[in-house]
Amino acid sequence: MIVTTALARLGAATLGLLAATGRLTRFAGATLVHTVTPPFYPREFLHACMQIGWLSLPVVGLTALFTGAALALQIYAGGARFSAESVVPSIVAIGMARELGPVLGGLMVAARVASSIAAEIGTMKVTEQIDALVTLSTNPMKYLTVPRVLAATLTVPLLVGIGDVIGIMGGWLVGVNRLDFNSATYLKNTFDYLEPWDVGSGLVKGAAFGFIVALMGAYHGMTSARGAQGVGRATKSAVVAASVAILACNYILTEVFFSA
Amino acid sequence: MIGLSGIEKAFGPKKVLRGVDLSVARGESLVIIGGSGTGKSVLLKCILGLVRPDAGRITFDGADVTGRRSDAFLAQFGMLFQGAALFDSMPVWQNVAFRLLRGPGRRPHAEAREIAVEKLRRVGLGPEVADLFPAELSGGMQKRVGLARAIAAEPRVIFFDEPTTGLDPIMAGVINDLIRDLVTEMGATAITITHDMSSVRAIADRVAMLHDGKLRWEGSVAQMDSTDDPYVAQFIHGRAEGPIAAIR
Repeated sequence: MIVTTALARLGAATLGLLAATGRLTRFAGATLVHTVTPPFYPREFLHACMQIGWLSLPVVGLTALFTGAALALQIYAGGARFSAESVVPSIVAIGMARELGPVLGGLMVAARVASSIAAEIGTMKVTEQIDALVTLSTNPMKYLTVPRVLAATLTVPLLVGIGDVIGIMGGWLVGVNRLDFNSATYLKNTFDYLEPWDVGSGLVKGAAFGFIVALMGAYHGMTSARGAQGVGRATKSAVVAASVAILACNYILTEVFFSA
Repeated sequence: MIGLSGIEKAFGPKKVLRGVDLSVARGESLVIIGGSGTGKSVLLKCILGLVRPDAGRITFDGADVTGRRSDAFLAQFGMLFQGAALFDSMPVWQNVAFRLLRGPGRRPHAEAREIAVEKLRRVGLGPEVADLFPAELSGGMQKRVGLARAIAAEPRVIFFDEPTTGLDPIMAGVINDLIRDLVTEMGATAITITHDMSSVRAIADRVAMLHDGKLRWEGSVAQMDSTDDPYVAQFIHGRAEGPIAAIR
């Protein structure tokens, strides 16, 4: 009896997960179709670029600065164990560009943007603003989802690129001021060992993470249940789902880009 | 003009509509009354294509429009939502001119604003309101802006969902009079759903009562006042005792 109940619950949970995955996949497909079919809403797209890209710059920049600085200290301490302190500049640069820049940037954007998109669209849903859009001959997918997803996919790589530079600068500040590196040597070592694909792969990751963040925010907002509790749950789910999806996607992309 | 036959809709195990038959003539003002949860709002959403009925047929000007929601079809409708449903990210005038600023019937910015200010004036709001945001308005003003948005593109059919809910009796009277005047002036067809009997008397050419997912009764306001239907009599007199409470 206990085994049967446990199996039934496992089955129900699995079916629920598969159904949710199916709904999300259909939502993503519909988003892509609406992205390439008119009408387009350029004002909403530019507004979303400001909200998602420009206004996320401080938080992503600060995250990168402190991460780069801490990374330099850690690599110096680790490298000192086998007299390899000189690798600090190149490892900080490679670590930031390939991994920490896109992942931490993506997670910070997830916290800031997925929550705000889910809360905004969820509130619009429970106050009938989404229905009002439809009665005004405006497709909510085209008007609300597409501009946000497109803006996040295009601006998060830019944030990652800027974050890479700031992160490397954080490592340089610590390297020169705390670890007694020569400034010119530090910068030379940084750029000598950094390859274009180290940066390019991070930017591609940034685009994928931007897509995930906005998609999760819009999906959970659009499927929000009624009331303040429904919007709260949608916001929480959007951030959790976006964060987990970013980490999983990061592993898959790293396998694809760098596995031997 | 609008015909509904055998409309059924269930949400999970809950059957909200159980076969509704109803027709509305061109230029007529129909008011649908009924208790909370009897499916009045769902019925309007079925006509607009926001909710797809499980069974039944909806016709508009003789054409089958069941579950359809093309832009050309929706362009003929305006709707005032219960909570006004104004877009709080944009100022009042852009709410009113929303349809005029986008889509195939798009007008230049200045012209759209001019029309919005004129529609606001028509619902008793001055031009100083145009640049405020919805959150800065009182409930009555929000309803008026919602009304201005519903009529901005001069639709052929206007739906009013609980137009006086949450308003004081004087403001409710103002909104009722505005609806009556606008519908008469525009020659539009109107469907209003409400619990408010003062709205019914001010707005209705014909009244229909929805109960338990079905059309229980329909007739004129005079017939409503003299009917011996126990459901209608209990509802319009607001009695706690009667068949409706017994069923609940």
